[in-house]
Amino acid sequence: MHSKSAALRLHVESALAGRIAAPFRQPHSEPVPTVPAGIPLLDEATGGLPRGGLTELCGPPSSGKTSFLQSALAARTASAEVCALVDAHDAFDPARAQSAGVSLPQLLWVRCRNLDQAFRSVDVLLHGGGFGMVAVDLSDTPARLVRQIPLNVWFRLRRTVENTSTILLVLSRESNAKTCASLVLRLEKEKTAWSLRERSLPTRALHTPACLLDGWTSAGEVIRSCSLRKNLHFLNHSTTPGSADKDLVRFELHTDCALPRSLNEGESLLAEKERTKDPG
Amino acid sequence: MSFAAIFVPNFTFQAIVRSQPELRLQPVAVIEGQPPTYRVIAFNRLAEILGVTAGMTKANAEQFPQIQIRHRSETQEETAHRALLDTAWSVSSRVEDVAADTLLLDLAGLARLFGTEEVIARRILTQTEAIGIDAHVAVSANVETARIVARALPGCTVVPEGQERRFLETLPVAMLSPSPQLADIFERWGVTTCKSLASLPVLAFSERVGQEGVRLHALASGKGNRPLVLAQLADCFEECFELEDALDNLEPLSFLLGRLLQQLCVRISARALAVAEVRIAFELEPAFDNALPSARAFTIAKPLPRMFACSLKLPVPSQDHSLLLKLLRLHLQANPPCAPVLKIHMTATPGRSRATQNGLFVPASPDPQKLELTLARIAAVVGENNVGTPLLLDTHRPDAFHMQKFSVRTEVRSAPEQKTETPTGFRVFRPSLPAWVQLQARVPARVAFQGMLGKVVRAAGPWRTSGDWWEDQPWQEDAWDVELQFASESPNARGLYRLAYDLRLEKWWVRGVYD
Repeated sequence: MHSKSAALRLHVESALAGRIAAPFRQPHSEPVPTVPAGIPLLDEATGGLPRGGLTELCGPPSSGKTSFLQSALAARTASAEVCALVDAHDAFDPARAQSAGVSLPQLLWVRCRNLDQAFRSVDVLLHGGGFGMVAVDLSDTPARLVRQIPLNVWFRLRRTVENTSTILLVLSRESNAKTCASLVLRLEKEKTAWSLRERSLPTRALHTPACLLDGWTSAGEVIRSCSLRKNLHFLNHSTTPGSADKDLVRFELHTDCALPRSLNEGESLLAEKERTKDPG
Repeated sequence: MSFAAIFVPNFTFQAIVRSQPELRLQPVAVIEGQPPTYRVIAFNRLAEILGVTAGMTKANAEQFPQIQIRHRSETQEETAHRALLDTAWSVSSRVEDVAADTLLLDLAGLARLFGTEEVIARRILTQTEAIGIDAHVAVSANVETARIVARALPGCTVVPEGQERRFLETLPVAMLSPSPQLADIFERWGVTTCKSLASLPVLAFSERVGQEGVRLHALASGKGNRPLVLAQLADCFEECFELEDALDNLEPLSFLLGRLLQQLCVRISARALAVAEVRIAFELEPAFDNALPSARAFTIAKPLPRMFACSLKLPVPSQDHSLLLKLLRLHLQANPPCAPVLKIHMTATPGRSRATQNGLFVPASPDPQKLELTLARIAAVVGENNVGTPLLLDTHRPDAFHMQKFSVRTEVRSAPEQKTETPTGFRVFRPSLPAWVQLQARVPARVAFQGMLGKVVRAAGPWRTSGDWWEDQPWQEDAWDVELQFASESPNARGLYRLAYDLRLEKWWVRGVYD
């Protein structure tokens, strides 16, 4: 097998001799500038979001894609950059985004109703230029529709964003841009964190909920990265949790709760209230 | 101390040709009057060569081949006069508005700003050409001499101080605009030129023709100086265009809008200003009003609009007419007029030009003018209310926000706080999805929505919120955070959702999903 590929390589090299000096040598390329997305563990694993490139973030519902998007928007707007969000199904929550640190006056929000509107808006935005990040949220679009987008659309988007300082971030359920993407990251929800586990029902006296949703742990995996020279697409990527476990990056996402987030604090508060209630 | 005079020959014709420059190469006759007795009141050189004369009837004028007949337009004359005033104000702030076709300027102190008097005269001529008017300009130390020379001689004329009489010698006495009685007397006396009038003895002349004759004698001698009656500086930038036939297509209409915008931008930029807002009013064709009795009855019952108005406000004032035209086109494509257009009124509100420069270390942001075009293009795709920046409302009502117009604000904030925790994101279902919920011990146990049935693995709640009970639309709901396991075997079939029970409607809704 090895000798066959070597012979083939020799044949191609000899056929192209005089026209291309070294057809199989990787062309020297400038290092791609990257910026952090605001989640340190993921930034460490991915090297950050590449400027002038397409980043794909895929995963099922509740995997943490929107949390990642909010974090990236907060980081970019904090650096006085102007960002745009093309929301294919009008699902953005501005209140949560603001509490996550996104500066809303620096965010252009395009509320679309379908894929066609979303891609036409992205085209106009990228040609307009000047945005630090343009995010396209296709999370709620059925995967079969996103799969039908021709590859040349992704190529055109990549070419438009190339040699600019804009980050093009696409959120979807599956990776579709293939080799057009500079970074492909897949997220999955692993474990949900609940507090006040002992209580199954709200107690009328304390007016306390049964339990609290604290957040969940998401696992991120780098599928493709130009800066890390990794491309699991070519390996016909199979998701066997055990084999790829060492490449997964786990990070925790926390909800904003009115009650203290620490389980102990919450329980101690509950216990204290019950103590004060019992004598009466 | 010197004065300049601007005179526009054949002003009635030029006011029309200004908005239709292609007519300059064709024979044109301008008519006025009541139908059917239209008379020719103005015409150009090509029409004169064909044989058109003043006072000719419209029917006679139409006999000439290729002649273009246009009706006199007082509104276009008014806008041409306004444009001429703007040109004069761009050179000097002291301007006298003598007549629709004549302006006088005080040039005192302008030599250090612009240069010699000849340079100033050429500058005025260039500015008038930019607004589509061919004018005569004359500069003299005597204000009346400047006015008379401008009426008589084309192009730029600079009369050196002390030689006013020599310049006026050859001019006909009619240039002094004498009254009909005096003109008759001059004709009987054989006084035809200013030289012959100036050579008459003043005392004997005044005894015969009175003070008016003395004034004309002084003018013919180049002595009639006087202070200017200054016009009030006005910021009224308006252009108007009357169509012979109504237009119902956007393409030719935008062609005309482009011309008007170009003229407005030239006028505004001459005053060192920029366009902050453009307002357009179309007079629409009264269609079928009197065609049939049934149509008349219909229009009485439901009158059709006669006017169409729209405005375009820019976040940053601009002098770029092509940008304004693109924005107007996009606006009119989205909101076209409901009937063919007969007349266009365009008014520009001036603003100060942008004179700031971003800092060296401030990140690049979209160019405000280009961004305006980008926003207009996106608005044409998704709708005007679906693009902008969200403004949160001061209420606890879920998903309460208002969309406002996006504008670039390059504010550098202090270094962001290093967050140890990453907050969860939430995706809102707009509108909320109706759900079927089965309770078990007052806690959701099974949930069905959008054709999917899920088992509640864990639930947190209820979070009771209410508000606006003092308003017309109160709200009250119990919210639950639930982890749902759907029937599918796939590990992806598990999600964290927010349910809400509307206590007023007694209905369950799925508000969104944590993501």
